Amino acid sequence: MNSKTEVQTTNPQDTRVILPRVDVLEDEGGITLLADLPGVPKDKLEIKVEGDTLTIDAAIAPQTPDGLEPVYAEVRVPRYRRAFTLSSELDPSKIEANLKDGVLKLRVPKQESAKPRRIAVQVS
Amino acid sequence: MFESMLNFPGSVFGDFDRLRREIDDIFGTAGLPSSIRSVAPGSFPAINIGNTPNSVEIYAFAPGIDPAKVNVTIDRGVLTIAGERPSTLPGDDARVSVYGRERVSGAFNRAVSLPDDVDASQAHCSYRDGVLCISVARREATQPKRIAVQ
Repeated sequence: MNSKTEVQTTNPQDTRVILPRVDVLEDEGGITLLADLPGVPKDKLEIKVEGDTLTIDAAIAPQTPDGLEPVYAEVRVPRYRRAFTLSSELDPSKIEANLKDGVLKLRVPKQESAKPRRIAVQVS
Repeated sequence: MFESMLNFPGSVFGDFDRLRREIDDIFGTAGLPSSIRSVAPGSFPAINIGNTPNSVEIYAFAPGIDPAKVNVTIDRGVLTIAGERPSTLPGDDARVSVYGRERVSGAFNRAVSLPDDVDASQAHCSYRDGVLCISVARREATQPKRIAVQ
């Protein structure tokens, strides 16, 4: 029991992250992911694709003045992280990311070959 | 030696107690008095509050809102943040499948009790990276002063 507790406390930075809230929408051209990352400036946001895993890793930049003594906190960990598995019809090389007012908008387009096509029926 | 069953090493009760303490630690409810206006965790926007010697700083984590449409009012020591967050989800007719809808939309309203020594006329508010920062100054008379010895 004691050894377990020690393992958990040795690396608190890596284990304690906020799971950001997301909306995931799919249309014919691809997937749009919206994630709430309040307090994250553009330079503290990292989006990685490794294999088929898309990882969003972001840090909250402190805006606090000197001598601030926290009284009450609902956001207690200054880090967001969340990972998603991409499916094979998505094109990870063409991901577009846009961060505005703490909302990240990720656009993952589908491969050209995976887009739905309408097949015209020929009447002879 | 063991005053309570919770203190037996390795006992089931002790394990549950440790689990409860860890959950309390994660959700931050351990021992701290909570405000009478506090709400369940996960409400929008999340609020952090800090004190400095000459001001009270309130941070509201409200991403994706129009700062011009947020109402921040101070009335008899209660700071209220109210507004509306537009939904980004498409209408029913759009040919879009929605897989996740965790983000909050619609009207929101949160209230915070301020300490007695703040000066409501000297408050300012800014919005950056989705965080609404409200700074309310403390009254001059209550700020710590250094008295020079003659």
